[in-house]
Amino acid sequence: MHEKVLEIKKLVVRYDTDYEKVEAVNNISLEIAKKETMGLVGETGAGKTTTALAIMRLVPSPPGKVISGEIYFEGADLLKISEKEMRKIRGGKISMIFQDPMTALNPVLPVGEQIMEVIRLHDKGSKAEATKKTTKMLELVGINSERHNEYPHQFSGGMKQRVVIAIALACNPSLLIADEPTTALDVTIQAQVLGMMNSLKDEFDTSIILITHDLGVVAEVCDHVAIMYAGEIIETGTIKEIFENKKHPYTIGLFNSIPDLDTEEDRLQAISGLMPDPANLPKGCKFHPRCPKCTAECKHRVPQNTEVAPEHFVKCLLYKGTEAAK
Amino acid sequence: MSVLLEVRDLKKYFKTHRGLLHAVDGVSFSLDKGKTLGIVGESGCGKSTLGRVILHLLELTGGEILFDGQDITNVKGRELKEHRKIMQMIFQDPFSSINPRMTVSSIIGEPLKNYNACKDKREYDARVKSLMDTVGLAERVEQSYPHELDGGRRQRVGIARAIALNPKFLVCDEPVSALDVSIQAQILNLMQDLQKERGLTCIFITHNLSVVKHVSNDICVMYLGVLIEKSSTKELFAKQYHPYTQALLSAILQPKLNKTKNRIIIKGELTSPINVGPGCRFAPRCLYACDECRNTTPELKEISPNHFAACHFPRCE
Amino acid sequence: MVGLYLLVFLILVAICAPIIAPYDYDDQNQEKAFKFPNREFWFGTDNFGRDILSRMIYGSRVSLQVGLISVGFSALVGCTLGVIAAFYRKCDNLVMRVVDGFASIPYLLLAIAIAAALGSGINNLMLAVGISTIPAYARVTRAAVLTVKETEYVEAARSIGTNNFRIIIRHIMPNSLAPIIIQATLGVGNAILIASCLSFLGLGIQPPSPEWGAMLSGGRIYIRDYWHMTVIPGVALMLVVYALNILGDGLRDALDPRLK
Repeated sequence: MHEKVLEIKKLVVRYDTDYEKVEAVNNISLEIAKKETMGLVGETGAGKTTTALAIMRLVPSPPGKVISGEIYFEGADLLKISEKEMRKIRGGKISMIFQDPMTALNPVLPVGEQIMEVIRLHDKGSKAEATKKTTKMLELVGINSERHNEYPHQFSGGMKQRVVIAIALACNPSLLIADEPTTALDVTIQAQVLGMMNSLKDEFDTSIILITHDLGVVAEVCDHVAIMYAGEIIETGTIKEIFENKKHPYTIGLFNSIPDLDTEEDRLQAISGLMPDPANLPKGCKFHPRCPKCTAECKHRVPQNTEVAPEHFVKCLLYKGTEAAK
Repeated sequence: MSVLLEVRDLKKYFKTHRGLLHAVDGVSFSLDKGKTLGIVGESGCGKSTLGRVILHLLELTGGEILFDGQDITNVKGRELKEHRKIMQMIFQDPFSSINPRMTVSSIIGEPLKNYNACKDKREYDARVKSLMDTVGLAERVEQSYPHELDGGRRQRVGIARAIALNPKFLVCDEPVSALDVSIQAQILNLMQDLQKERGLTCIFITHNLSVVKHVSNDICVMYLGVLIEKSSTKELFAKQYHPYTQALLSAILQPKLNKTKNRIIIKGELTSPINVGPGCRFAPRCLYACDECRNTTPELKEISPNHFAACHFPRCE
Repeated sequence: MVGLYLLVFLILVAICAPIIAPYDYDDQNQEKAFKFPNREFWFGTDNFGRDILSRMIYGSRVSLQVGLISVGFSALVGCTLGVIAAFYRKCDNLVMRVVDGFASIPYLLLAIAIAAALGSGINNLMLAVGISTIPAYARVTRAAVLTVKETEYVEAARSIGTNNFRIIIRHIMPNSLAPIIIQATLGVGNAILIASCLSFLGLGIQPPSPEWGAMLSGGRIYIRDYWHMTVIPGVALMLVVYALNILGDGLRDALDPRLK
């Protein structure tokens, strides 16, 4: 149950442009267990997509650069293996689905062919076997297999995203990275797609890293959550811990910013200020300029990971020295 | 309660090479002074088109619009320009709704220039500064360009521009959808404050039901150009009559655990709004559809006090 | 910046021509004909013994004038037509079909026809060259305006009561300039070349008036033995086009607030 599929250790990613150095990901460590869905939550600029790209070794370089860290997958450090070996893993063992289904599919190829492409790249079988598998995948994501010769523009947004998911799961990957897979979709379609992803996860034994800014989506499908802010993971734990026992002031502020359907609120409790400029991060705790509980120490000391409950870690000086008794 | 805006049987059709696209097909509602009406629906329902037709940014195909008792359906030219002073819009995308080559102060001051609202440069500068202050923009961004600001601040620029001429009525087209959650809350608070201080009447167009519940007094639900349910916010969240509304509300994902709801999953996809025939637009996807639904278009009827639905077989959930 | 300096240098040369040119442009001296660049004649002499340097300096006046003014005229008319076609869609078909009509005639033939009809002389030359290149500007402007017209900030401008004229001047044109600037800077070199063709045919600039293009074509027959007569004006032309290209890129970037 707790067998690890992916382990990220102290990852640092930076973008070096002519004008500035953008610290996109600052020293994050994360573990994904088998058959688990990990929600990676954060707002624009938090570094979630960069983390996903780093796992896939797709960080655009230049200007991006993985400065240090290790990413262990099936015993090997992904950052150190050759490009040839990495290509075998991409699409085969680790798949990624991107946010915008409108641009993720090639408009001049029929959808069936796009699914077949990934199957033939990674499985050694014959064309007939690949075709059978393609048909099976289409049915699995709820698309009539007779539509395999149709082009992406003939499908709606929700259907396109299903095709994208079919491509991602075609080779039965151990890990699926989904970058905001339902953000561009309507609410009712989102419900459909998330339901489908849940059932597919069980069928394929796939672990999922679900990148999102929507806490509702996290509540629906995730087992664990990691909250990112300014390139760091500031809180992580099981979904129950994070939702019912949140500790970091940013996490608390994030939940408070969302209007509650069950209560009447006059004003929302917004977090004041803005996300810091990643090229010019504040000293000490990166959240201190916006934190309602900021102390003098927060301004110059970087908080370390504190375990406040089993598997629940927070990076906040407020909880320094309050480790839960093991 | 006096009525500020009344819309009667509003229609907007677009000619396409495949046929006539019924973007808005016979929408009627009225809005009282000082209140906010939420218009919700998913993509393709026509809510954005409706907002633009009311403001005469698109020419309507049929129906009437009455503002403060006056028929403004066919206003043009100078009369339309005068009306624009009191009816303004806040746009969805803060990245494309402000000119990237103009400074913040020119963007905010443009409406003042258009109407020669200021006697001299001193008054103009003072008014621009005051507007920036009202929406929470620091003075130092006065000469900044849009690309130097983040989404939240750009949206504040858009809001300042919209309230520059002290309008009575605002159409807000998904004003916070493109913003991060923590910024959304800031902007929603700002908009609420402005509405209270200036007694604005608003139409709030969105697909986000949590947001619409927070800001609106009444809600209209649209589907494929037709108004399918209409009632007060409190009532709508407590009780829905139309199957689509029920599905929509059940699909909301709340950031809470143990919300084991029976999610109503609507089958199928949106049907085409081109060359629409008779019958309920939602029938192809409705779990309860029968022949009458497919052949006769349902009218918007009052099912319970002040709660309307366009369904042949409204059922309460 | 390099482009700007080079252009300014050339303009100064053109203005100060009588002061800096060592000889008169039509000072013929048959004994000293066909000389390669030497101490007496820095750029050598042509087939009539005229100093090429002086002819280059005086010629810069003509070439720059023709290049800049004809492009200016062409851009002004072309852009206006493009804006009208894109903004007032009812006129689109009419305007663009007329433009297409002009565009269907190879621009060189068109220039020749117009110059022949109007007669010789530098003004008619500029008019002929200007008219023949209008279609390109009309097309480029129309495409750019069509795109910008559909943006949300233009819609927003209408919603705050901005009239059409202000929308075009304040919102549409500044955001459509980039492709027009590029077209214009490339166009100057083109214009000079068209002018030279016309001069070669006896339309436009009459000899002995110096003009780079004419010098280029005049030296053609001697290119094997006296290549300096062709190469020098050629290099000058190349430098001008290069300078204007760089200037155009720089101008486009300078006008874009996103790059500040």
